[in-house]
Amino acid sequence: MRDRITAQSRSTDHITDHITLQVTRYRPEIERETTMQTYEVPCPKDWVILDGLNYVKDRIDGTLSYRWSCRMGICGSCGMTVNGEPKLTCATFLSEYAPGPVRIEPLRHFPIVRDLVVEIGDFMRKLTSVKPWIIRDREREKPLSDGEYLQTPDEMHEYKQFSMCINCMLCYSACPIYGLEPSFIGPAAIALAQRYNLDTRDQGAEERLAVLSEHAGIWGCTFVGECTKVCPKNVDPAGAIQRYKLQAAVESLKSYFMPRGSR
Amino acid sequence: MIEPRIEHPAYTLHHPRWLRQHVSTYWWLSKPSYLAFILREISSVFVAWTIVYLLLAAGAVSQGAVAYADFLDWSSAPAVLTLNVISVGFLVFHAVTWFNLAPQAMVIHAGGRRVPGAVIAASNYAAWAIATALIAWLLLRRG
Repeated sequence: MRDRITAQSRSTDHITDHITLQVTRYRPEIERETTMQTYEVPCPKDWVILDGLNYVKDRIDGTLSYRWSCRMGICGSCGMTVNGEPKLTCATFLSEYAPGPVRIEPLRHFPIVRDLVVEIGDFMRKLTSVKPWIIRDREREKPLSDGEYLQTPDEMHEYKQFSMCINCMLCYSACPIYGLEPSFIGPAAIALAQRYNLDTRDQGAEERLAVLSEHAGIWGCTFVGECTKVCPKNVDPAGAIQRYKLQAAVESLKSYFMPRGSR
Repeated sequence: MIEPRIEHPAYTLHHPRWLRQHVSTYWWLSKPSYLAFILREISSVFVAWTIVYLLLAAGAVSQGAVAYADFLDWSSAPAVLTLNVISVGFLVFHAVTWFNLAPQAMVIHAGGRRVPGAVIAASNYAAWAIATALIAWLLLRRG
């Protein structure tokens, strides 16, 4: 078995160049600060950063910890900071960084649990606080026998972009506001709130506005715009937030001028 | 049944020892786009100054020819001139960056279709050009 692995790795060695990975380590049982460890990995044209990390884990150092799952840019687990930029490591080619070295750090602004693994509880709590699901007024619900709530392609088009979010948290890592003001509800959560607000089947906009019109909600955003730039799914959270601000401003003007008739 | 004994490393006894990451004071120097953002934010100070300057100009005009001449003298002082040149630079930067961001914040529907972002940005620039031309015409028509 061992011979076979050596033979395999040797065959990889022959056909490709190598690249150096500078990987952040944090082992809470032995150290109080992060350290950097370098690994030499093959760099074939079709390898992504995640392949390099898996090579390290399988062949060089089994103690390296990081999250990954689908390898195809849909699970949102493998976000890391690559050469200072938040990236999905399964969707970023190693060869783009040739001749290297490539610096691989955990996502910024989140507490580090171990090596490249960050603590995401804060994001999960914020995500649920905006109620990212379809909310219906129970009393006005039509009977099941009347069938589903239909939607035209144009109506779906209004929110589809925001529904592409995979919760990878690259936007939180790119957002300096979230780093400086951890109570800020953040780009993805607001984009997902907007995804449901813009859905014709949804009636929960008012409930969500209560959470999002607070200081830590949409008004925390100063439109740095980095969230949109780093988003691997072209969700445009920055756009969602600015549109939300406009909507919230109109709502508050309405309630100011028409205290009773606004709803 | 005997519960399996789980060995914990010492650090997980109560809580894993997370390492908090901190944002550097100089985070805005770490990326060109962050710097552009900070400059755009600072530009609002120069926008405010421009408004104050215009109010001072209007006040001087309303107080007669002597006051206006004094105002022009004061405006040509090197310090004021430098401040105003810098302000013009920041005003242009402010306008251009915001006009470029406008399509992201504005969703306009016309005839059942969404107006493309480029059209929204272009209409902002067009409005700017028309306003500038109008003011230039007002100022220069007698000269």
